[in-house]
Amino acid sequence: MTQLPPPSAKKLGLVIDLDTCVGCHACVVSCKGWNTENYGAPLSDQNAYSGAASGTFLNRVHSYEVQPDQGAAQLIHFPKSCLHCEDAPCVTVCPTGASYKRVEDGIVLVNESDCIGCGLCAWACPYGARELDAKEGVMKKCTLCVDRIYNENLPEEDRQPACVRTCPAGARHFGDLGDPDSEVSQLVTERGGFDLMPEQGTKPVNKYLPPRPKDVEQEIDILAPYLEPVAEDGTGFAHWLDKALSALPGGAK
Amino acid sequence: MHPAPSVIIFTTFSGIGFGMLFWLGLGALVPTGLSAFIWFAIAYVFAVGGLLASTFHLGHPERAIKAFSQWKTSWLSREGICAVFTLIIMAIYGAALVFADTQIAMLGWLGALGSLGTVFTTSMIYAQLKTVPRWKHWTTPALFLALSLGGGALMAGQVRETMVLLVIAGALQFYAWITGDTRLATSGTNMETATGLGHIGKVRAFEPPHTGTNYLMREFIHVVGRKHAQQLRMIALGLGFVLPVILLLLPFNHMFAALAVLSHIAGVLALRWLFFAQAEHVVGLYYGKR
Repeated sequence: MTQLPPPSAKKLGLVIDLDTCVGCHACVVSCKGWNTENYGAPLSDQNAYSGAASGTFLNRVHSYEVQPDQGAAQLIHFPKSCLHCEDAPCVTVCPTGASYKRVEDGIVLVNESDCIGCGLCAWACPYGARELDAKEGVMKKCTLCVDRIYNENLPEEDRQPACVRTCPAGARHFGDLGDPDSEVSQLVTERGGFDLMPEQGTKPVNKYLPPRPKDVEQEIDILAPYLEPVAEDGTGFAHWLDKALSALPGGAK
Repeated sequence: MHPAPSVIIFTTFSGIGFGMLFWLGLGALVPTGLSAFIWFAIAYVFAVGGLLASTFHLGHPERAIKAFSQWKTSWLSREGICAVFTLIIMAIYGAALVFADTQIAMLGWLGALGSLGTVFTTSMIYAQLKTVPRWKHWTTPALFLALSLGGGALMAGQVRETMVLLVIAGALQFYAWITGDTRLATSGTNMETATGLGHIGKVRAFEPPHTGTNYLMREFIHVVGRKHAQQLRMIALGLGFVLPVILLLLPFNHMFAALAVLSHIAGVLALRWLFFAQAEHVVGLYYGKR
C-alpha cells in the first residue's frame, strides 16, 4: 500500500561522516556485491567491459570542491544512497503499491513482483536514490540491507548494512535515529548532523555530519629568522649573470 | 528530463483523443450511424493509441493491471482509472449512437467529465513533482486541459471554440515558458542545499561517482536539445496555434481544415518535446548539471 504509515517509533538509518570519508568507494563495491547476490533482482551492468559501461548501483560516492570566501578549497567525498525519508515522495506516487515504507522500522522498500517499472518513483525522489535496472526492468534501491540486519544466521558483528560493515574509515554509522539516546542520534546531536535538501520536505532519516572546521595555521617557527634570504642583491658571477640575462631583450628584470 | 518518444506521443495524442471525446460527450456534435462510427473511431484511435504508447516505457507492461490499485495517493493510478472509466462510458454512449441512433445525454456528460478528469490527472503526474520545479505550477494542468480541449475541438470541427481555446492555450504556453525559465533558480534548491555544504562556501562538483553514464543521468539530465530551445519555441507556437487559427479564419475548406489539424499536432509534439527536454530535475545538482 503506497499510503505512508504513521511515523514509526523506530527509524533505522545511516549517519554519514563527511569529515571522515576518504572517498575510497569500498561501500559502493560492497553494496553492489551484497545486493547482487542476495535480496531481489541482481544489480545488472551493461557493456561492463567496453568504453560505454553503465550499471545499477544503490550507493554512489560523489566528490565536491567547496571554496570558502577565504582560504584554501576543501575536497569533500560524499556517499549518497536512499535516505529512507519519513515523508517519502517515492512511495506515494507508486501506482501499484510496489513501493512501501515499513511500519515497524521505517525502511523504504520495493516489492519487485508488483513493480511495473514506470519510473515515477525515481522522478519523485530528489536524491537520485532509485535506479531502474536496465536488465530486470524493476526499480532498485537501498534496502538498508534488510536481509543482513535481522539475519540471525550471520555473526552479530555482521548484522549491519554491507556499506557500514566494510567502511575502512569508520565514516558510516547504522542505528535507530528514532531513539534520541541511540549512538547514532547522539552523534548527530554532538556533531550537528543535517538533512539533504530540507526544503523538499521529505524529512530524511539518514543524516550527514559536516566536515570539522580546518585548523587555522599559526606561524611559529623559531628557525625562520636564520633562514631569511641573506642577499637581496647577489655578488660575483651569479650577480653578473643575473644582470646580463636581464639586459637581453625580453629578459626578466 | 529525458524526452522519451513514448510519453510525448502519449500526452499529445491521448490529449487530443480525450478532447474529442469531451466534445462528442457534451453533444457539441451528435452524429449517428456510420458517421458516428467514424467520429468515435478517430477519437478512440487517438486516445487508446496514446495510452498504448505510454506502456512502451514500462519495464513490466504485463503487470499494468496492478496500477489501478493505488488511487488514494497516486496520480498515475487515478489517471489509469479515469481513462478506463471514460473509455467504457463513451463506448456505450457511442454504441447507442451508432447502432440505435439514440443519444443518452447523461452518459455523454459523464464521459465528457471523465475526459476532463483523465487529462487533468495526467497533468498532475507532472505538476505534483517537487523535484521538477518547472512543472510544479498551476500552468501545467491549465495547459494540458486547454491543449486537449482546443485540439479536441479542432478535430471535432468546432471552429469558434477551437479559435478561442487555441488562443488561450498559446498565451498560457507563452506564460508557462517565461515563468518556468527561472523556477529552478527561485525554488530554493541548489548545490548548497543538496550537499548541505553551503555553510563552508561555494560548492562545485569535482569528480562524478563513475566515469560513464548511469540511469539517473540518462533519465534526468538532458541538455543536448536545449541549445535550440528558443527557435523550437517559436516553431511550436507558430505551428501549434498561429497557423491553425489563420487557416480556420480563411473561408472553410476541407484542405485547410486538414492542414490546421496537421500543423496543430506537429506544434503540440514540438512543445511536448520541449516540456520534457527543458525540465530540470533537482538530482542534476548532485552532478553539477541542470
